[in-house]
Amino acid sequence: MLRTLRVALAAFALGAFSLAHAAPERSVSIGLQAAITSIDPHYHNLSPNNSMLIHIFEPLIARDPNQKLVPALATSWKAIDDLTWEFKLRKNVKFHDGSAFTADDVVFTLNRVPNVPNSPSSFATFTKPIVDVKVVDPHTLIFKTASPHVLLPSDLASVLIVSKLNGEKATTADYNSGKAAIGTGPYKFVEYIQNQHVLLKANYGHWAGEQPWDKVTFKILSNPAARVAALLSRDVQMIETVPTSDIAKFEKDANFMLADKVSNRVIYVHLWQWSDKSPPFVTAKDGKPLDKNPFKDARVRKALSMAINRDAISDRVMEKKSVPAAQLLADTFYGTSKKLKPQKYDPEGAKKLLAEAGYPNGFAMTVHGTNNRYINDDKIAQTIAQFYSRIGIDTKVETLPAGTYFSRATNGEFGYMLLGWGTESGEQGSSLRSLLATRNPEKGMGVNNRGRYSNPAMDEQLVKALVTMDDKKREGLIQAAAETAMNDTALIPIHYEVSTWATAKGYRYTPRTDQYTLAMDLKPVK
Amino acid sequence: MLAFAIRRLGQSFFVLVVMSFIVFLGVFAVGNPIELLVNPQADEAERLRATVALGLDKPILEQYAVFLKGAVTGDLGRSFVFNVPAIQLILQKLPATIELALAAMLIAVGLGIPLGLLAGLRPHSFVGRSIMALSIVGFSLPTFWVGLVLIMLFSVHLGWLPSNGRGETVMLLGVPVSFLTWDGLQHLAMPALNLALFKLSLLIRLTRAGAREAVLQDYVKFARAKGLGPRRVIGVHVLKNILVPIVTVIGLELGSVIAFAIVTESIFAWPGSGKLLIDSINLLDRPVIVAYLMVIVTLFIAINFFVDVLYSMLDPRVRLGSASTAH
Repeated sequence: MLRTLRVALAAFALGAFSLAHAAPERSVSIGLQAAITSIDPHYHNLSPNNSMLIHIFEPLIARDPNQKLVPALATSWKAIDDLTWEFKLRKNVKFHDGSAFTADDVVFTLNRVPNVPNSPSSFATFTKPIVDVKVVDPHTLIFKTASPHVLLPSDLASVLIVSKLNGEKATTADYNSGKAAIGTGPYKFVEYIQNQHVLLKANYGHWAGEQPWDKVTFKILSNPAARVAALLSRDVQMIETVPTSDIAKFEKDANFMLADKVSNRVIYVHLWQWSDKSPPFVTAKDGKPLDKNPFKDARVRKALSMAINRDAISDRVMEKKSVPAAQLLADTFYGTSKKLKPQKYDPEGAKKLLAEAGYPNGFAMTVHGTNNRYINDDKIAQTIAQFYSRIGIDTKVETLPAGTYFSRATNGEFGYMLLGWGTESGEQGSSLRSLLATRNPEKGMGVNNRGRYSNPAMDEQLVKALVTMDDKKREGLIQAAAETAMNDTALIPIHYEVSTWATAKGYRYTPRTDQYTLAMDLKPVK
Repeated sequence: MLAFAIRRLGQSFFVLVVMSFIVFLGVFAVGNPIELLVNPQADEAERLRATVALGLDKPILEQYAVFLKGAVTGDLGRSFVFNVPAIQLILQKLPATIELALAAMLIAVGLGIPLGLLAGLRPHSFVGRSIMALSIVGFSLPTFWVGLVLIMLFSVHLGWLPSNGRGETVMLLGVPVSFLTWDGLQHLAMPALNLALFKLSLLIRLTRAGAREAVLQDYVKFARAKGLGPRRVIGVHVLKNILVPIVTVIGLELGSVIAFAIVTESIFAWPGSGKLLIDSINLLDRPVIVAYLMVIVTLFIAINFFVDVLYSMLDPRVRLGSASTAH
């Protein structure tokens, strides 16, 4: 009480003195869905962290709202030969403590990344391809890779640069406390409390010019209803991930504005193809195991895709905040094929194909999915099951929390599994490699191929694409690989999630494909 | 009495160890945290590195042994997600939860006992019936829904109270509390009321039933016949005699209100330990889940212990009874 009084008095006194010339402080509060687990930019590779830390720290190369690479701390970069890259760094950039940014900070960062203790998900994946770094002058760097690595610029866009001066002995705790949280970004760190909030203030000396906000408060509001209520009561001026059930309300209300954009996340189905045996939870209608694996038959896979009415899911389950999918990324992204179109809804055709494949009376199976991970994931599973019942497949549904579900899906315990995948690189090659390439962990192929789909023809096209340095040529090869896979129904794409943000009147957000919520993209409007 | 207390402490310790094993097994069975912690884009080598770094490559019994060894020295493990000691994380969040729980109990006791007494003494009046009707509403409406209605009314429509968060805190004996500032009180009001509602209804019904029974007893009739004023009859003879079951319930409910403030905390984004638990479960942050449950079990045991003591102060017969069962 006393303290409040004192603060109030002090504020009053200050106010009286500065009333004449002080501009009102431009502050904004933003409601986030997921907790920030650390302020250390190399501790936990998690989207909410990466989205937050890009305010404080900057990468060499940034991604624009469409995930296209744009200069940040590096002004230009080029491949000199298949194994050598040259990066030119921006001059006259200062860290928040006033020290200058140079090539040494980049070298320090690259050395720190693989060595953060206890990191639950390291950023080393992005720096591993670099085998040697040469400092030519304080603003020129040469990187060497062991093999041709076309994704190097994209990888480096995920690595935030820290200061050598402040980071030499810093631990993750020093970043969390703010002691070492000194970057070059447009906002300075003020305070971080786990599961509660992050406070930032503007960095007026930023190279890109001034930001519209002096103060930004990010509040963690994981409960969707709480997030909506906070916006309605103006406790925050913007929220991310608007629950689909509230979208219609915000659309009608002139006091609020919605911003949405097709994201880099596809919701899709993996079909169990680990062996020729009858897949888990897939049986004949009388409960006996099938004599072979129906999912190994491209006709069955195609039929299962044809039976899904994607437009109905988008209209009725997703409130139109999803776009029927034809491949692993929406066709505005690099490496996607314009020739691929979403599978048309055709239950009769599906029945015919099933009959051709030897299942005129269908079979029985269980649709497995998460119930707390993707937008409306459990409702989508229910809807899909209904479509299958219509073509004569006895379908059950089981949805599980992500914590249990992913472990079991990885172990091959489900036959028909509903999953989601966000392509952080923004190019389809990396998704094909992770989800559909024949599994080979040593080579980093098929790491998330939970269905164990395997197609040598696609593998060959993909491997060639991954070592082709020429962007145009590579794109053609990735498109070809995607066409091979999707024409074979290697997996069943359902839709691309549309990310939504809602702002109060007077604020406008430029929506992003990577689902990041950035104060830099929030502008005041009259 | 001392022997009884020591024996009870021994039992409590045994309960703690058994609980820790059950919790450890249970959390282990849920799933592999690596699936949620490691970025899906990462390769197999990275997954393996993280598995080893977090000690998840060891068999469960070995992991449990490591945990027990640390637990003896007060180290309940490090959070996978936040890389700080789990117990520190919980102790940081616990004051907010305890403050919320105590505020809720204060509302429940402060309103519940007088209202219950009123309803018990005048069961057929309009006031008595209204109180009972209210308590039924308090019982039957889900906390979740009531919380949202409160927010819609007081934050969105009237704009009187903030919809989320804890507000300004000040340090009291080294613990941040929010009930000493106006801003903090405003933030506290709705979640505390929301959490209190169920307990309030419970206490109303309990007090009413007790009071109705007590007023028919001979000692109350005798007290009246002696010519004592109604204030003394109700305050001493009725209230003191019905307080024993009420104190028991308050004690038990205090534990549960701390342990299960989760729903309220998540609706009002109250930064307490319940919200921490939910977030930890969603990320399979095993050390935090285990440590949280251990803290809660300890809390329950402690509260029950104090309830027993309070009990014996209200009713000497209890002391005799417990002494005789303990031999």
